Amino acid sequence: MAEFALPKHSKIVKGIDYPLQSESENPKKVNVYRWSPDDDENPRIDSYTIDLNDCGPMVLDALIKIKQEVDSSLTFRRSCREGICGSCSMNIDGTNTLACLKSIEDIKGDINIYPLPHMDVVKDLVPDLSKAYAQLTSVKPWLQSDSRPEEGKSRKQSPEQREKIDGLWECVLCFSCTTSCPSYWWNGDKYLGPAVLLQAYRWIADSRDENTEERLNDLEDTFKLYRCHTIMNCTKTCPKGLNPAKAIGEIKKLQLERK
Amino acid sequence: MNSNIDEKFTKVEDMKTLKTHGVGHWKLQRISAIAMIPLVIWFTTSLMLTLMDGYEQSIEWLQSPFNATGLILLFGTLYFHAASGLQVVIEDYVHHEGLKIVSLILIKLIAIVLGVLSILCVLKIFL
Repeated sequence: MAEFALPKHSKIVKGIDYPLQSESENPKKVNVYRWSPDDDENPRIDSYTIDLNDCGPMVLDALIKIKQEVDSSLTFRRSCREGICGSCSMNIDGTNTLACLKSIEDIKGDINIYPLPHMDVVKDLVPDLSKAYAQLTSVKPWLQSDSRPEEGKSRKQSPEQREKIDGLWECVLCFSCTTSCPSYWWNGDKYLGPAVLLQAYRWIADSRDENTEERLNDLEDTFKLYRCHTIMNCTKTCPKGLNPAKAIGEIKKLQLERK
Repeated sequence: MNSNIDEKFTKVEDMKTLKTHGVGHWKLQRISAIAMIPLVIWFTTSLMLTLMDGYEQSIEWLQSPFNATGLILLFGTLYFHAASGLQVVIEDYVHHEGLKIVSLILIKLIAIVLGVLSILCVLKIFL
């Protein structure tokens, strides 16, 4: 039923202010969401003022600088720093994106950084994505085929067939789209969300996969697929410029065509 | 963490039992929406051209079999589309299972009652 009060520890409080130690011509304030499971405190926003003349161009550079020089307890995921691993997805300046692809220059005023919305938080900027990973596993994101390719040869695809998975294979599974989707916020336990549906379509659209029918059968569900109401937040937020809403639309079209 | 993922995966797999209706509902919702475009344009045009003129003119208008058919089709589509739209809203936002089932049944019943009532009114004037 309706809950009128927020759960305990929901309110975000003002945290610690870390001013610049020296004079700078180019200071920038970075406000970061902090929460630790180890103490019994509310989440807080810590503010770090950094010198942009002594910092890399991306938001991830700023976070690494803060962790190295100011506060080593700041926790976030990162790995490749070039938009390929999908680890550093977070909410920056009100939009889900990859910290390594988001330029500091593009942000007017303070940089506000929060974890991906509506997921449990493990610590600071690290969200718990285990549910999303489980949903990904459920669509069997691998090639399924009963036939065997010719001995010693790879499975062949025409350039046209290969083209069909362009705009799909590039997804780095950062879940920026899924966590930006209001429908996923309300029904994330049953709706698969844009990232997983894009992955599902990536295999449906692949000419080498022979399990299309079963994949479509699995997706034909009021909640798994049809909670998408074409809100388009997914497409708007994707840091790789992909179009999950279109992929979902294609799945709906295929469902319609085979009935 | 691994056991957590396994547990969540089992939960996700269990969702298969939720399969109720999918493409059918989606398709009918869209068809009814498209059907309403000409019906609503026709009805609002008639409303401005004839029905605003007064009671007598409205009764006369409704006694044409074409107008009566159009209005019955509009009411049927309208209540069907409204019920299926509200069903989606309830599925989205009502998470209490019991309340959800009750409100889904209520919405359908209200739509049927209103639909039958509206159509009977048209027929009464037409006949």
